[in-house]
Amino acid sequence: MSIKIAKAADPVESLRAALPDALLDTKTFRDELTLIVKPESIISVLRHLRDTPGLLYNFLSDISPVDYYNPQGGYDGRPERFALSYHLYSMLYNRRIRVKVFLPEDDPRLPSATSVWPAANWLEREAYDMMGIVFDGHPDLRRVLMPQDWNGHPHRRDYPLGYEQPMFSFNVEEIAKHKPFAKE
Amino acid sequence: MSFIVPEKDRSLTPGSGDGLESWVGSVEELRGLVSDRALTGETLLLNMGPHHPSTHGVLRLLLELDGEEVVTCLPDIGFLHTGIEKNIESKTYEKAVTLTDRMDYLSPMSNNMVFCSAVEKLVGLDVPPRAQVIRVICLELSRIASHLVWLGTHALDMGAMSVFLYCFREREKILDMFEMLSGQRMMGSYFRPGGVWRDLPADFLPTLEAFLDDFPRRVDDYEKLLTNNPLWIDRTQGIGIVEPEEALALGMTGPTLRGSGVNWDIRKAMPYSGYDQYDFDVPLGEHGDVYDRFYVRILELRESMRIIRQAMKAIPGGPFRSENRKFVPPPRAELGRSMEAVIHHFKLWTEGFSVPDEEVYVAIESPRGEIGCYLHGTGGNKPRRVRFKTPSFMHISALGKLCQGHMIADVVAIIGSVDIVLGDSDR
Amino acid sequence: MGVVSSKLGNLGVVTTTLETAVNWARTGAVWPLLFGLACCAIEMMATQASDYDLSRFGMELNRASPRQSDLIIVAGRVTRKMAPVLRQLYDQMASPKYVISMGDCASCGGVYNNYAIVQGVDEIIPVDVYVAGCPPRPEQLIHGIITLHEKMRGERFTQWIGKDQPA
Ligand code: SF4
Repeated sequence: MSIKIAKAADPVESLRAALPDALLDTKTFRDELTLIVKPESIISVLRHLRDTPGLLYNFLSDISPVDYYNPQGGYDGRPERFALSYHLYSMLYNRRIRVKVFLPEDDPRLPSATSVWPAANWLEREAYDMMGIVFDGHPDLRRVLMPQDWNGHPHRRDYPLGYEQPMFSFNVEEIAKHKPFAKE
Repeated sequence: MSFIVPEKDRSLTPGSGDGLESWVGSVEELRGLVSDRALTGETLLLNMGPHHPSTHGVLRLLLELDGEEVVTCLPDIGFLHTGIEKNIESKTYEKAVTLTDRMDYLSPMSNNMVFCSAVEKLVGLDVPPRAQVIRVICLELSRIASHLVWLGTHALDMGAMSVFLYCFREREKILDMFEMLSGQRMMGSYFRPGGVWRDLPADFLPTLEAFLDDFPRRVDDYEKLLTNNPLWIDRTQGIGIVEPEEALALGMTGPTLRGSGVNWDIRKAMPYSGYDQYDFDVPLGEHGDVYDRFYVRILELRESMRIIRQAMKAIPGGPFRSENRKFVPPPRAELGRSMEAVIHHFKLWTEGFSVPDEEVYVAIESPRGEIGCYLHGTGGNKPRRVRFKTPSFMHISALGKLCQGHMIADVVAIIGSVDIVLGDSDR
Repeated sequence: MGVVSSKLGNLGVVTTTLETAVNWARTGAVWPLLFGLACCAIEMMATQASDYDLSRFGMELNRASPRQSDLIIVAGRVTRKMAPVLRQLYDQMASPKYVISMGDCASCGGVYNNYAIVQGVDEIIPVDVYVAGCPPRPEQLIHGIITLHEKMRGERFTQWIGKDQPA
């Protein structure tokens, strides 16, 4: 029995042909191909990349959110404050691709990819927990790492790292005054 | 807790929830996650963890039980969330290596490797061949060390105490070798962007040789204790089966995926650090149950030994880290001779190097599976965003599916077989 | 400990106080709680395993339940999510109880001065012995345990009373 394997196709062209208005831009840096797409059409793009013969990006490696916040204002040359990168991998053709969407500051929201890959479930929960990106249609969008009643989204760039003055021998008295030592 | 965060940011401190008080939820919040029978009290909701001897750390499972059968299993993580990714944003690239050690604490070298490779890719830095081979030796040694801890604790969970003691005996030898290399037993931070911290010490290779001569016999011992042991087989075969397609959809990687028979090993598929020069096999399972995952790892121990043997023979000469002084500090001896070296040294240790405002994603094969690093520079000396995609995170998210329909005693076996490390998943 | 009164001949008589005898017995059978958090827990396991063999100090038995243990080794970083759990475990232990804070993270937050980590477990539970290191070597942990033994030997019965009462 011989299995016919379609020849590897160019994802950019294939996507341009199938979903002409989804693709906004492409970029290649150090051999990594990035497709920048519209947030609304992310699901159809992911489905297309997963199911089209010649592409078959069948494995979702990661969903990585990034925050382009700049305290001086602006987003460091990016169109919006938040971005979300889907890292896909094609087992058959052994190559990776990054699908990136930009999301606005006031309402970062896009459809959930859990229907395409169950693996997206927790990755999206983490993006929600850490960056505050909301996924519509997610079955269980709770915090995953922080306590449920935590305020704020820690990995945003404007969230403080949190700081406690380290205790040294020269300032031990000053610190011990407000350090909440535990009682029995 | 006002003093943890400066006064002006107080609004961001969860005044209500700084996490220091137990948060009590209600069953209502579980609607849709557990079956309706749990809400009426027909089935039992049981909390397992975060302090439980066989959850391998601080994992919490919410189990819905019908008698002894698990109806739903909801994992809850974050009890070890350390904020490493956020912390790295305030460190230079060289300093950040220290923090990456502490994520997946059973194989710190893999974390170093993935972070250093990401930095190297971002700035376009080449690693000299000698460093690459040294890295391969260290990576495979830490794979063995990690699998030994996994084997010991997995067996311990299932009631085989002696395996644990044997495994740790061998692991100590590997830790001694790491100490020889880096001065630390576990958190060596031995890999640096551009190479490794220092050259192999003179007595390292003889020690490694002695270890490799001895170790196959030890693996035979473990196998004698477990592989054909009827008790072990009874408890592991046919438990926690996951089909190949399902495993891929759930994002499983590494030995857990290969236990289901999917042949995907990043060392073979996308070789890094010169893995393509070595001749080794990727062991595959057939049934995707606990036993197959166990056996795949045992075979991986032997394959790792093969790789190390080949690497030892092929260590080339030359520098052990890049000579590109823009990114790698000059050796001490040069400081007395060259003004330029002093300048580079000063620059690198005060300010660090700058990387472009671009993003890369690098993945390598850690002992647990695909560990990926998404690194985004700012154009300055500190990263904008570091994100680690860790195998344990994906495996824990799949735990619910794996445990469904099994007895509660098998849950322990399944947790052990996917080899989770909570530091890895929570970061 | 007491005096072997050789003056009395070879009778093998030991004289001591009840306190000393009880404390001596206690140091030989400290039951630690099986409580591992992070990387330090792996070093704690290594201490219990073959090469370092913690059973030399009567500590081979790890209890999984806090009710049966009298020492908690906080091995690793304590996060804000974990802190209430840790406090509850401590409260469940029977008095007299001891705490070893193992590693830099548990002692002072270590390398993580950030939003997620409690900066020193002494904000949550009172600590008897701090062991520095990241992770501490098994020898260091053993030294910490011996230090704790010293402390236990010097304890008076009166100090036990009220150990459970809120101060
Ligand atoms: S002190 Fe170091 S080894 Fe211990 S838990 Fe903290 S980071 Fe890990």
